[in-house]
Amino acid sequence: MSCCAPGVEAAAELGGAPSRDEILLASRDLKDGLRQTDLSVPGIHCGACIAAIEGAFRDVPAVEQARVNLSAKRLSVKWRGDTPPPIIETVSRAGYEAHLFDTEEDAADPELSRLVRATAVAGFASMNIMLLSVSVWSGAEPETRQAFHWISAALAFPALLYSGRVFFASAWSALRQGRTNMDVPISVGVILAFALSLYDTMAGGAYAYFDAAVSLLFFLLIGRTLDHIMREKARSAVRGLIKLTPRGATVEREDGSRDYLPANQIETGMLLAVAPGERLLVDGIVQWGRSDIDCALVSGESAAQSVEPGSAVRAGTLNLTGAMKVTATSDASNSSLADMVALMAVADGGRARYRRIADRAARLYSPLVHATAFLTFFGWMAATGDWHRAIGIAIAVLIITCPCALGLAVPIVQTVAARRLFEAGIMVKDGSALERLAEIDMVAFDKTGTLTTGRPRLANASEIDAGALALAGAIAAHSNHPVSRALAPFDDGSQPSPAIITEHPGLGVEARIDRLLYRLGRAEWAVPGGSAGTVLSRDGQRLASFVFEDSLRQDAASSVEALRRDGFPVAILSGDVEHAASRVAKQLGVGDVTARLLPEEKVARIAALAAGGRKVLMVGDGLNDAPALSAAHASMAPSTASDIGRNAADFVFLRPSLLSVPNAICVAREANRLVHQNFAIAIAYNAIAIPFAIAGYVTPLIAALAMSLSSIVVVANALRLHPVADRVPAADPRSRTLAPKQQALGQPLAGRA
Amino acid sequence: MSSLVYLVPLALLLGGAALGAFLWSLRSGQYEDMQGAAERILLDDD
Repeated sequence: MSCCAPGVEAAAELGGAPSRDEILLASRDLKDGLRQTDLSVPGIHCGACIAAIEGAFRDVPAVEQARVNLSAKRLSVKWRGDTPPPIIETVSRAGYEAHLFDTEEDAADPELSRLVRATAVAGFASMNIMLLSVSVWSGAEPETRQAFHWISAALAFPALLYSGRVFFASAWSALRQGRTNMDVPISVGVILAFALSLYDTMAGGAYAYFDAAVSLLFFLLIGRTLDHIMREKARSAVRGLIKLTPRGATVEREDGSRDYLPANQIETGMLLAVAPGERLLVDGIVQWGRSDIDCALVSGESAAQSVEPGSAVRAGTLNLTGAMKVTATSDASNSSLADMVALMAVADGGRARYRRIADRAARLYSPLVHATAFLTFFGWMAATGDWHRAIGIAIAVLIITCPCALGLAVPIVQTVAARRLFEAGIMVKDGSALERLAEIDMVAFDKTGTLTTGRPRLANASEIDAGALALAGAIAAHSNHPVSRALAPFDDGSQPSPAIITEHPGLGVEARIDRLLYRLGRAEWAVPGGSAGTVLSRDGQRLASFVFEDSLRQDAASSVEALRRDGFPVAILSGDVEHAASRVAKQLGVGDVTARLLPEEKVARIAALAAGGRKVLMVGDGLNDAPALSAAHASMAPSTASDIGRNAADFVFLRPSLLSVPNAICVAREANRLVHQNFAIAIAYNAIAIPFAIAGYVTPLIAALAMSLSSIVVVANALRLHPVADRVPAADPRSRTLAPKQQALGQPLAGRA
Repeated sequence: MSSLVYLVPLALLLGGAALGAFLWSLRSGQYEDMQGAAERILLDDD
């Protein structure tokens, strides 16, 4: 099963596995003592994976059922008892990495199933009415025609009530607010067509538009459902990523007993026990213990900070090396994390003001259509005085202009674009995000975790003695500190493995080999009287000094280059210190760099750019970027971003390569071009069809043909969107080589889409 | 004409049955894991 052996290291890097307490908290009570836990297992991708995982659970006691969902890469385990069975352990024994995700957010989507049901009903009705209509069109006798019209009416009425509600409700709420959207002309057209056809059927007339009314609903519901499925797919893929904010924390009572409490029960003043590998849930002050904490996701600082009793720690930071006890100075609802959410609500910029293309088109289109239909009616009234004929022709105008192609023009292109992006590992939140991304004219990057990996890399490996380096690697393999992680791969097995290892949080790692004392860590601790930096020492003698730098994210340079070549100014907005930010900027050749920015300053920068007429794409990952992500015209975040960052961003990319950014812009622009083409096609169709309708030549047969034809043309046009793999990421044809390279290097991070 | 009296209701009944079957399959969650269902036929049940 080598094809399915995923790297388990990724989970270890991002903090420890969830504790049993956390699993219990995240599980759902079914009834009769049965509980269900849902996990995301990104490594699942074939039938053998299903067999391996479900097989592993067969002999775990207390587990009633384990079922893998291959499409969603999910596992749901039903179990009995008060303590959860070893679920995560069982999955990792089978060779997969699993993480919890929120069950409460994952309640079945009622809107989607309603749309699918409405589409099914409309499809059933339209097919049967079409069947009857064909015989009417081919010249059925009057009494047969009459009977078929009545049957059609009987089928169309419930379909209209059930499936049409989707449009009627939206049109009504738009009208009530004094606006108009695409659903208004649809609703008016469908209802009037049905009413007139019913009247004609009662009067024994030759023509009825039941087929047109219902198949119109059917086509439009297909577009609507596709649009919804696309968003749902992205949502569930993003939800499946590792949840970085803990669900609760371990509280130590005065009598020394420990309880794992959910986030909403943590109060100010509680003493929390924070183990290495845990993220802090609330702000606090360290009472006991020393450790190093990783603030990259919170403030953008790339270097780990050491903390000791009295230090303040912020919610969302990751405890790296030592156990500590922290007094909560906030509860979960007013921690710095919650402040960020409040800041985001205020910062809601481009996206709140943005009106979708379809709505803007509808605002122009629906008055035009209604005016044309009215004028046609009055024209025919004046000319013939036959009100029935005038209404009939006016309704034919409404039906022929009903935005069937317009209703499909946007969603179908966006569904195809989202599909292409999904294949390239980029999730889109909704269609409006694609439209906004196509408009951007500037890109702002966060530094730590976005342009860089947020993990240190050894910069001076060539200057260090190979033996000392291998020894440092062997010692470092025993520590969780990011610096140790960077050294551990240099262990080539040539050095004796250390016998006794002790980690001194905030200082370094100590090891004994053959009665010699080795220290790897801060210079002032490892070497008496040493200066700053990271060193390896033997009995107080310096063996080697290590210099670390934050390594650039894969393809960062070529992505920035591709963006610049396409004419986008690139800026770096970093929360890190000046020298770290300017070093990365120099490596990438970016001139516009600002360091030490607070979250609100990032928002202010974006707002200032927007006021200057710029439409900014913000790419960032941290908690401190979240407000800027929601203030920007469009936003992207890597899958390793903080939970709020991921929620705030319009796009989430799962692959490690930064080329996702220019690729997404490319797809969005091409999709935008296709949308406009589709609009042009729909308008051209109307321009040809309307004169015939006004002249009174449109029979139900012609209406049905014209409508289907224009829909098919629009759908076929949307399918022309190229897959990301053979796309040129920049205007320059020489850069064509970039795309295959990204394919080859883009390792599956959180499940290849 | 007389054949239509039972043929048309029959056609509608069949169509309605298909609609009912679709709605039932939707509700019983048969579309939740399309890829998994395709792979599962290849697995031995113990």
